[in-house]
Amino acid sequence: MTDTSATLVQGTLDMLILKTLALEPLHGWGISQRIQQLSHGVFEVNPGSLFPAFRRLERAGLVECEWKISENNRRAKYYSLTKTGRQKLRTETKEWERQVAAIARILQTAS
Amino acid sequence: MGLWTNLFAGLRNLFGKRRAEQELDDELRDFLEKSTVEKMRSGMTREEAQRAARLEMGGVEVVKEDVRSASWETHIETLWSDLRFGARLLRFNPAFAGAAILSLALGIGANTAIFQLLDAVRLRTLPVKNPQELASVRINQRQSMSGSSRGRYSDLTHAMWEQIRAHQQGFSSIFAFGPTEFNISPSGQVHDVQALWVSGQFFETLGVVPAVGRLLTEADDHPGCASSGVVISHSFWQHEYGGDLSVVGRTVSINRHPFPIIGVAPAGFYGVEMGRYFDIAAPLCAEPIVEGSEDAMLPRPDGWWLAAMGRLKPGWSVERASAQMKTISPGLFEATLPPEFNPEQAKRFLAYRLGAFPAGTGVSDLREDYENPLWLLLGLGALVLVIASANLANLLLARASAREKEMGMRMAIGASRWRLIRQLLAESLLLAGVGAFLGALLARSLSQVLVASLSTENNPLFVDLGTDWRVLGFTIGLAVATCVLFGLAPAMRATNVSPGLVLKESGRGTTDGRSRFGLRRILVVSQIALSLTLLVGALLFARSLGKLASVDTGFQRDGILITDIDFTSLNLPTERRFPFANELLNRVRAIPGVESAAISKIVPLSGNGEAHDILPGVSGIPEGKISSAVFNRVSPGFFATLQTPMIAGRDFDEHDVTGGPLVAIVNESFAKKFMKDKNPVGMLLRVRRMSTISGPYEIVGLVKDTKYVDLRETAQDILYTPLAQLDRPDADALILMRSNAPVSVLISSVKSAANAANPDMDVSFDVFRQMIEEGLLRDRLMARLSGFFGILAVLLAVIGLYGVISYMVARRRNEIGIRMSLGADQRSIIALVLRESLLLLGVGLGLGIGLALAASRAASSLLFGLKPHDAATFLMATVILAVIALAASYIPALRASRLDPLEALRHE
Repeated sequence: MTDTSATLVQGTLDMLILKTLALEPLHGWGISQRIQQLSHGVFEVNPGSLFPAFRRLERAGLVECEWKISENNRRAKYYSLTKTGRQKLRTETKEWERQVAAIARILQTAS
Repeated sequence: MGLWTNLFAGLRNLFGKRRAEQELDDELRDFLEKSTVEKMRSGMTREEAQRAARLEMGGVEVVKEDVRSASWETHIETLWSDLRFGARLLRFNPAFAGAAILSLALGIGANTAIFQLLDAVRLRTLPVKNPQELASVRINQRQSMSGSSRGRYSDLTHAMWEQIRAHQQGFSSIFAFGPTEFNISPSGQVHDVQALWVSGQFFETLGVVPAVGRLLTEADDHPGCASSGVVISHSFWQHEYGGDLSVVGRTVSINRHPFPIIGVAPAGFYGVEMGRYFDIAAPLCAEPIVEGSEDAMLPRPDGWWLAAMGRLKPGWSVERASAQMKTISPGLFEATLPPEFNPEQAKRFLAYRLGAFPAGTGVSDLREDYENPLWLLLGLGALVLVIASANLANLLLARASAREKEMGMRMAIGASRWRLIRQLLAESLLLAGVGAFLGALLARSLSQVLVASLSTENNPLFVDLGTDWRVLGFTIGLAVATCVLFGLAPAMRATNVSPGLVLKESGRGTTDGRSRFGLRRILVVSQIALSLTLLVGALLFARSLGKLASVDTGFQRDGILITDIDFTSLNLPTERRFPFANELLNRVRAIPGVESAAISKIVPLSGNGEAHDILPGVSGIPEGKISSAVFNRVSPGFFATLQTPMIAGRDFDEHDVTGGPLVAIVNESFAKKFMKDKNPVGMLLRVRRMSTISGPYEIVGLVKDTKYVDLRETAQDILYTPLAQLDRPDADALILMRSNAPVSVLISSVKSAANAANPDMDVSFDVFRQMIEEGLLRDRLMARLSGFFGILAVLLAVIGLYGVISYMVARRRNEIGIRMSLGADQRSIIALVLRESLLLLGVGLGLGIGLALAASRAASSLLFGLKPHDAATFLMATVILAVIALAASYIPALRASRLDPLEALRHE
């Protein structure tokens, strides 16, 4: 709710969604809450970018969805990782770590 | 896998649209609900929480739109709705839609039809196994040949073919063929069908399998074959034998000789000639039997009647095969040199070199005659399409200005320019699509009409006009090109509006802005320029045809019937042939209504000819190049029958017979060339045929120049000798008769006269005038089609001009009203409007003349009797177009002058 909430680096939203789904299937609201919690409120995800991202991931075959009854006894759409989604998350994570480490090294030497 | 998931999910959404929307709606509602509950937990009231949740999401519809645009099926949906919207707009303007579709259908249809023909005779490969491996073998750059020739492809003699077959190395198999005609009627009235002489490996090389029975093989084609069989084509089998399976073993009569049918070729196989077909294929070895020992080409060392084609061995290129052919050439021509050749002829013959040439697209005489004219016509057709597109662009531009406010409004509420252009283009796409579809339908019948107009009874064509990928691609390409041509500029122009300005503007200007009007002017000017070019083309071809049809042939072509009485079947000895032919002639002369009749060996302009060397004087062979002349052998009365004026001397008479002094008649050109313009009557000359010299002949008469083989030729030097003095008369009589009687009556009289002499002869007829006109088919095609295009172009351009002038008058109503109320009279208003159209016309005609001068050069080789930059034609075209165009703009001018000034001023 504050102005300090950061905008996401381009292309990282998909990776964050995949990560939150790695533990268990979740619905849209659950995913947005989980991202906010895990980032300690740094990333606040806008529904306007969240839902198109779901559609994108679904179409790429990385996540699949299912209508289930949620905790408050309502029908909700639950997303879960597919096999390719899990692989994708693994390679993306590795790539991300490699890049972050490289950037960190550069920033350290520069100072 | 991702691709399939995507495709499948997209299709599911596309077809289960309502469910997909419902699910998206449910999901978002669920999200909002959960968000609201969460916010209420932190202490908000329900209303506050709902409001906050909604604000956070930033508009449910916007999010939905974002989700939708992440999927491909949405683009199809948008296109579909654009097309539906376009269709609705077109339904509201049926006149516009109708005119647009009609002009596009005509333009695309005509272009596609011409392209279909080009595709069939030029681009398509033969429908046989691996056509790209085929190559033909013929003499490289043969300038002239000596001897006698028959058929459309007189490339080789039989002796040469045998040598090629024995010594070639580049082909795994090779064959020879020669097109001809067979009379399949066992007696009486001639029934000619299309036939092919083929060597043994013809079918095998082409990889053709029989539909019924078997095909000819190497074993069927051996010298002196007496009881060989023949193969019939699938279509001949269908229409002559009703597809009867027991056809094999039945006999067919070929020039009165029975031949057993051994099999039927497969459907769709028409030989290796594009644009032609065959009914019967017979082995080469049967030629002497069918033609008779006198007329047979096979034993003649100087008889040219075959063409050769083969399948290259793997690893052999055409170039390599060609090189091998060249290596064996010296020995080959040495071995096949006709012994009767004189030294000059022998020298030319021995210098010939064979070569191999790619033949995947078969051979075609049509191609040589029609390829360039067809490309030219395709160019003219494309110009018509451009003019039609310009008209549409003009109409769409007019609509664009009418929809300026709508566009401004839509952009103001957030539509992107690209989205609007897409929507406008969808409308054009719809027009082009419907136009192309109708055009393709039209092309199917148009191309058939085209082929039918080139096909005659004596020269039947068969063009396989199936639509293949090339034709399909061409039509689609045309549709897309026209769509972009007429749709893009107006769409760009329509959306090039500043929303604020448009909404503010009241639409009440005094005179119209030049910038917006400029494009329409450019379009009309180019339409006029292009249509002038087309009109010039049309007039050039029409006048060329007129000149050809009325050219001075030196004889009268009307009222002449040609009868060919073939009496080979009577087996008359040589010395009885002329008396018998003379008897036939006398019987014809006795028919009531026949004014005069004569026999000639060669009918002028029939395409046949004969040429021999002329040796002036009574002895010795002159040094240097010996000139030749063309020949005809005629009976007395030939010149009177054709009404060719006799200038000096006398006609042949009954005293000019074998044994008497040899006589000849020459024409003016002959006299000019060989007698140096002196009166030739009484002079002597000799004739050298191959190495045999005959003569001396005394010239007894001089006649006017006449055409010999072609209407386009410049006068040939002709020498006539009496038919009665021929050493070896033919066993047939070509009788020309002049009569005013109706042709059908005359034909039956001639038939009964021939029957009275002997009923067992082949009689056939030709009307002289028709025969000559069949030689003008190509010119008539060019004149007709270019005329059609020219009229269409002028019509479209004038409609365009009319539209622009009317539009201008409508836009300047206020101005005209003010002028009138200030005292301008009718005439000055008319002048005001006409000045505008005169300007457009002037610039258009100026550009058009330049364009036509450049373009008409392409037609120069097809024209007769006039230059491509013929001043009279240009003047005529300019005047015609100017008059029609001014008449068309006079209508809106008159309307403007009759405006009620008050009304006009009040007009918004």
